[in-house]
Amino acid sequence: MKVLTALSGGVDSAVAAARMVEQGHDVTAVHLALARTHEGQVGSRGCCTPADARDAKRVADVLGIPYYVWDFSERFKDDVMDNFVNEYAAGNTPNPCVRCNESIKFAAVLERGLALGFDAIATGHHAQLKEVNGSKQLYRSIDVAKDQSYVLSVLTAQQLAHSLFPLGDVTKAEVRAEAAAKGLLVAEKPESYDICFIPDNDTAGWLNKQIQPKVGKVIDAVTGNELTEHDGAHQFTVGQRRGLHLDRPAPDGQPRYVLNVDTKTQTVFVGPETLLSVTKIFADRSKWTSGSAPEVGTAVMVQLRAHGEPLAARVVKADEEIEVELDQSTRSVAPGQTLAIYDEDRVIGSGTITRSSR
Amino acid sequence: MAYLDHAATTNLLPEVKSLLVEQLGVAANPSSLHESGRKARQQVEEARERIAKAINVRAAEIFFTAGGTESDNIAIKGLHWARQRDAKRPLILVSAVEHHAVLDPAKWLADRGEATLEFIPVDQLGRIDMKWLDAKLAIAADQISLISVMWANNEVGTVQPIAEVVELAARYHVPVHTDAVQALGTLPIDLTLIPVAAFAASGHKIGALHGTGFLMLRTGVKVEPLQHGGNQERDVRSGTINAAGAQALALAVELAVARQAAHAQRMSQLRNELVTQVKVAVPEAVYNGDPEDRLPGNAHFSFFGAEGDAMLMLLDAHGVQVSTGSACSAGIAQPSHVLIAMGMDSVKAKSSLRFSLGSTSSSADIAKLVAVLPDVVARAKSAGMASETKVKAQV
Repeated sequence: MKVLTALSGGVDSAVAAARMVEQGHDVTAVHLALARTHEGQVGSRGCCTPADARDAKRVADVLGIPYYVWDFSERFKDDVMDNFVNEYAAGNTPNPCVRCNESIKFAAVLERGLALGFDAIATGHHAQLKEVNGSKQLYRSIDVAKDQSYVLSVLTAQQLAHSLFPLGDVTKAEVRAEAAAKGLLVAEKPESYDICFIPDNDTAGWLNKQIQPKVGKVIDAVTGNELTEHDGAHQFTVGQRRGLHLDRPAPDGQPRYVLNVDTKTQTVFVGPETLLSVTKIFADRSKWTSGSAPEVGTAVMVQLRAHGEPLAARVVKADEEIEVELDQSTRSVAPGQTLAIYDEDRVIGSGTITRSSR
Repeated sequence: MAYLDHAATTNLLPEVKSLLVEQLGVAANPSSLHESGRKARQQVEEARERIAKAINVRAAEIFFTAGGTESDNIAIKGLHWARQRDAKRPLILVSAVEHHAVLDPAKWLADRGEATLEFIPVDQLGRIDMKWLDAKLAIAADQISLISVMWANNEVGTVQPIAEVVELAARYHVPVHTDAVQALGTLPIDLTLIPVAAFAASGHKIGALHGTGFLMLRTGVKVEPLQHGGNQERDVRSGTINAAGAQALALAVELAVARQAAHAQRMSQLRNELVTQVKVAVPEAVYNGDPEDRLPGNAHFSFFGAEGDAMLMLLDAHGVQVSTGSACSAGIAQPSHVLIAMGMDSVKAKSSLRFSLGSTSSSADIAKLVAVLPDVVARAKSAGMASETKVKAQV
């Protein structure tokens, strides 16, 4: 197979590429230039810096495969960075890695690769692909702590058909050991947890430069009283407790949480933790990774954030829009996050959370 | 394999290789006072004299450097600084199609507030606008520290009217630097006929070693040194002289100049063959640069709708090695400033490939190229322009 492998400069994609070479594929490496400023690339850890591009090139050279840089920075800015800002401005909590997978890595890059004669794209994501009844199905990694099936749950079945995840059957520790054994110098590189286009991990500070601050009110949802003012509703996420700057405690002495953010009126509603409890979750932009939507009434597992626990639920609606009802209530579901739906460890599909209710 | 990227670097000449094998084993610092040092110094000075003779200047006007980029940097920064000694002359004029080795030091000076930078515009063929230069000199000659115009362009191959530039600037006593990295060995060069103030050349483009080159600085042209240390090269360029490299460079320069006419004739014929065959294979290919007055081994095309990077990758997979001809930062292709200066938009500029021929090139290389080119262009077109075409994710 002619395989395009995305090399970030990190250890996972390096070992994924090495495994593709060992399996006898005709492998070509591409490093994606994504987060950029006019000065060049943004300095960050783990991906997107000139140092990462050098590491990626070195890995390709060690593996003896051709290496090219593909510049998707304009599209990344449009589809990921601008989307990130717009979503926050709209009071949502976006996941840029999900958007990047959805519109860059497994869309623009994959389409370009297929057009140029490649058969598939391989990445270093920790997830498994299994052939089930003739179709490719996406499963969680065997390394539960590193599992990335959540950020891949936006892939369509067609995209999945052209994807390869060579690291699904190993743990992160094994990946590092394998990199060291293969002489890949990125073996000891630190993890990249942060948002790649925000250089110093200061998301709030970065957003404040992008979003025109608008003063608004912080209102107690129980009493309707105005508690204080804030200088930008985008700084608040549903479920947030810290940083509310409330000088008066709640009458019952309990901590208050962000319950709702109304960006039309710039109002942030706060209240006790009990009001955060939800059981119904609504989502749009559905993607059926498994190839088909689940039937109404199906018992499923859902995951509501990147490192969230899987929760038991029942499908109420599953077409272009999704509704699920949790078996037990959960707290603080932030609109904009991805609702990933699983059949045990197998990804069925996903949607983008629009709202939730009791 | 078909290597069609001789403008990036060309093969070491066999004669140069033999000389280097012999010389590289010798321990000798030309600055040492003992016998080995004296012998090395003798060889370096002979090399200097031979290079001077080949391009018709004085031996004292040749300064050994580590290549074209260093020579250009000394010429731009060193000359600009030295020209501020007796008067304020903030203005640097460089052609809009210069190599980054000239553009970037000039921009660096401007960014630091040490110079004002103006670009001499070019026409659609990449030739500088002599009327613009004439008018600029007429009104601001006393403000100008230097003019830099390359002898011939590395991307599109267009030869500049350097003799006219020098003649015009001489009337206003403004020094002219020329980056002749691509011209040496491919175009006739006699610096008594074209008395530039400074002239930069690179070793590896003419079959000598990487990391060698020279700067010709006309007697009386002062520069501030960029690096300081052992005062070698008469304070212009401190650092132990690469004695073996200098000898290899001298031999390569002598051979390049001696063989220039025959080499250029063979390259032009081969290049014309390539151009004809590319146009047959891909009729919509657009031939860039001056069709007549250009480097003999250079052919530069745009294939609108196909991205240069994609074509390069696909050709590479077929063993055909070419260049997009443009500079890259961290491996990211930028639209060529040369093509933009020639009036092309950035999307079209990104659809270009440079094919450059050298002494080892043959018709077989061209045959390999045109055998795969139509399919490569078609495939690249189907992939679209990565940075421009918007492929929306399926919702």
